[in-house]
Amino acid sequence: MRLLTHNMLSCNRKGVSNGFPLGIEASKLEVKEVDFNSDFLRHIYPKIEWKAFVDAAKSLGLNDLPEHVDDSMLEDDDFLHSFHHALLEVHLEEGALICPETGRRFPVNRGIPNMLLNEDEV
Amino acid sequence: MWYLCYFLHRLLDYRLPEVESLAKLFGCFDGEDGAHHLQWKQPPHHHLDSPFYFVSLPSEEIARSIAHRSLLVKGMFEIWGEGTSYEELQTAIQSYPEERKLPFLGEESTFKIVVDTFGKVLNSQEQSERIESFKFIPFKGRVQLKNPQHKFWAIETDGVALNNGLPPLASKIIFFGRELGGANRSLVTKYELSRRKYLGPTAMDAEVAHLMVNQALVQPGKLVYDPFVGTGSILVAAAHHGALTMGADIDIRVVRDGRGPDCNVWSNFKQYNLCAPVGLIRADNNSPPWRSGLNELFDAIICDPPYGVRAGGRKSGGRKLLKGVINPYIIPDDKRKGHIPSTAPYTLEECIHDLLDVAARLLVMNGRLVFFFPAARNDYLGLCYPKHPCFTLVAASEQILSTKWSRCLLTMEKTAKYTEEVASSARQKHTEFKENHCRLLKEAKERGNLHSLVFPSVDSIDLNAYSNGLLHNELHGEKPDSRAKYRGKYV
Repeated sequence: MRLLTHNMLSCNRKGVSNGFPLGIEASKLEVKEVDFNSDFLRHIYPKIEWKAFVDAAKSLGLNDLPEHVDDSMLEDDDFLHSFHHALLEVHLEEGALICPETGRRFPVNRGIPNMLLNEDEV
Repeated sequence: MWYLCYFLHRLLDYRLPEVESLAKLFGCFDGEDGAHHLQWKQPPHHHLDSPFYFVSLPSEEIARSIAHRSLLVKGMFEIWGEGTSYEELQTAIQSYPEERKLPFLGEESTFKIVVDTFGKVLNSQEQSERIESFKFIPFKGRVQLKNPQHKFWAIETDGVALNNGLPPLASKIIFFGRELGGANRSLVTKYELSRRKYLGPTAMDAEVAHLMVNQALVQPGKLVYDPFVGTGSILVAAAHHGALTMGADIDIRVVRDGRGPDCNVWSNFKQYNLCAPVGLIRADNNSPPWRSGLNELFDAIICDPPYGVRAGGRKSGGRKLLKGVINPYIIPDDKRKGHIPSTAPYTLEECIHDLLDVAARLLVMNGRLVFFFPAARNDYLGLCYPKHPCFTLVAASEQILSTKWSRCLLTMEKTAKYTEEVASSARQKHTEFKENHCRLLKEAKERGNLHSLVFPSVDSIDLNAYSNGLLHNELHGEKPDSRAKYRGKYV
C-alpha cells in the first residue's frame, strides 16, 4: 500500500465522525522504484490532504517533505522527486492502519489494506 | 468529410458507440459541450446491423486515429466510388475528382488492391479478375503486397438475407476506396484470457475489456478505478493505454493472495510489462472507506458488477443484517481478534445504487462510468436502464447471451456536480436498503429470477421508480429496443 492510497482512506465504522487520517503501524516497508511522471503528480496533487500526507510520511521515517506547500512548488524538480518517492515508491507491506477516533485496526497484509468492517460496525 | 466505416460483423451494438467515443477522445467534439454523437448515413436498403456505414468526421487524421485505436472497425475508407455493378462503379470512380485521386497514384508510390466481400466468397481467380477490372485507374506506382504506402479496397456484397425473420442485412453494393486504417486486432490475441496467468470465473474477455476502456476514453496518465476488480482484467486493458489504475474487491483471497506469489493481480500486469495498479484494497462498495471530502478523483470508473449469474454480490454486515437490525449484533471482545466478518447477499438493485453514488462522487466532471447491466429479453417492459441525476446516458450496447438474457454495456458521463442534495438522498436510500434487507432479499427470491434481482416489481415501478427517476427507458428520446436482432459472429 502506497501513501497515495493511505491519503484516500478513512475508518468508515458506524458512528465514527472523523476517521481520517488513519495512523500507520508499520512492521515491514518496501521501496519499489516507479517511473517518474510529473504530469501525474501535478494532476493528483490537488487531491492530496497535505498535512495527513506529511505526517504519514514522517511516521514512516521520510522527513524531507515540506510542511506547507503551494502550487508554485510543482515546478520545482527536487520537490517533485521527494513527493514522487513518498507518494508512490514507499510501500507498506505489513502492518496496520489505526482509526484515530476508536483505535480500530485495519490490517495491511501483503500490501493490501483490509477495510472490510465487522458485522457490528456497519 | 464523409468516410466509409466498414465494421467487423461482431458485437453489433458496440460498433457505433465505439467510434463515437473514440471521436470524442480524438477531439471531434471539442468546444461542443455535451456533444457525443456523430452523423451517420447508411447505403440504401441496409439494415441497422449492416457493416457499412458512412460517418462524417472533421479530418482524415481523426478518421485514421479512430480506426487504429478501435477494435471493431475493419477499415475506414475514403470512398472513390460505389455502385451496384462494376460498370456503375467504374463511372463513379472516373467522375471522382482527379485532385483527390492523383496524389495516391504517383510513380514513386507503392500500392496494393485488396478484394473483400461480405456474405460471399470469391476464389483467387475471381479476385484477380476483380483487381484487373480496375486497370482503367491510372496507377503509376509499383505494386507491393507487404506494407504498401497506399491500400485500395474493393468491397463487394450481393446483399445478405438470412432466413431468420429479420429484414435483409445488406443489399447489393460495391465500394472502391482508399484505406485510412483499421483495427489493430492483435491486441485481442495478445491479451487473450487463455494466455493470462491469473484468472477467475468472471474474468472479463479481452476484446470486451478493451471496448469498455475505449468507451471510458482511457488515455495515458488518466486514473481509472474498478470497484469490483477481481483478477484485474479490465484494469489490464486500461493500463495498456497508459492509465494508472486502482481497484477494490470484497474478496480478500482474490486481491491479496491470488494463486501464489507469481500468480495474482500484480502478476497479470507484470506479464504484459504494464504499470502495476497504484492501489489495490479490500473494501466493500456498500460501505466504501473513502475519506470525506475526497471527490472528483477518478477519470473513469469501469466495472462488471456482480449480478448473480456466475458470481453473486456480497456486502458487509452478514449475520447482523440477516437477523434484522432490531437485535444489535455484538462480537465478544475475546473473539474480535482474527474475526472473519460474514457477508450478506447484495441485490443488484442496491449494488447499482451504490455504484452510481460512488461514481457520481468520485468521478471528475465529464468522467465516464462504464459498466455491464443485465437485461431480460422479450420482456414486455422493454429494457430499463438505471438513472442518476449526475449522469447522462451516452450509449447502451446490448450483447445477447441467450434467448432469455442479455447484458448491456452502459456508458454514462458525469454531467452534473455531486451536490449535498444528491448525497443526502443517496444516504436515505442506503438506509432504506439496509432496514429492508431481509424483505428485499426474500422478495427477490420469491420472484425467483435475475430480472427481479435487477428491477423492482412491476407495481413498484409504476409507483416509485419512474416517479423517483430511478429508471428510465429512453435513450436519445427513443425507447430501448428489445426487438429481434442480428447477433454477429461470436467466438
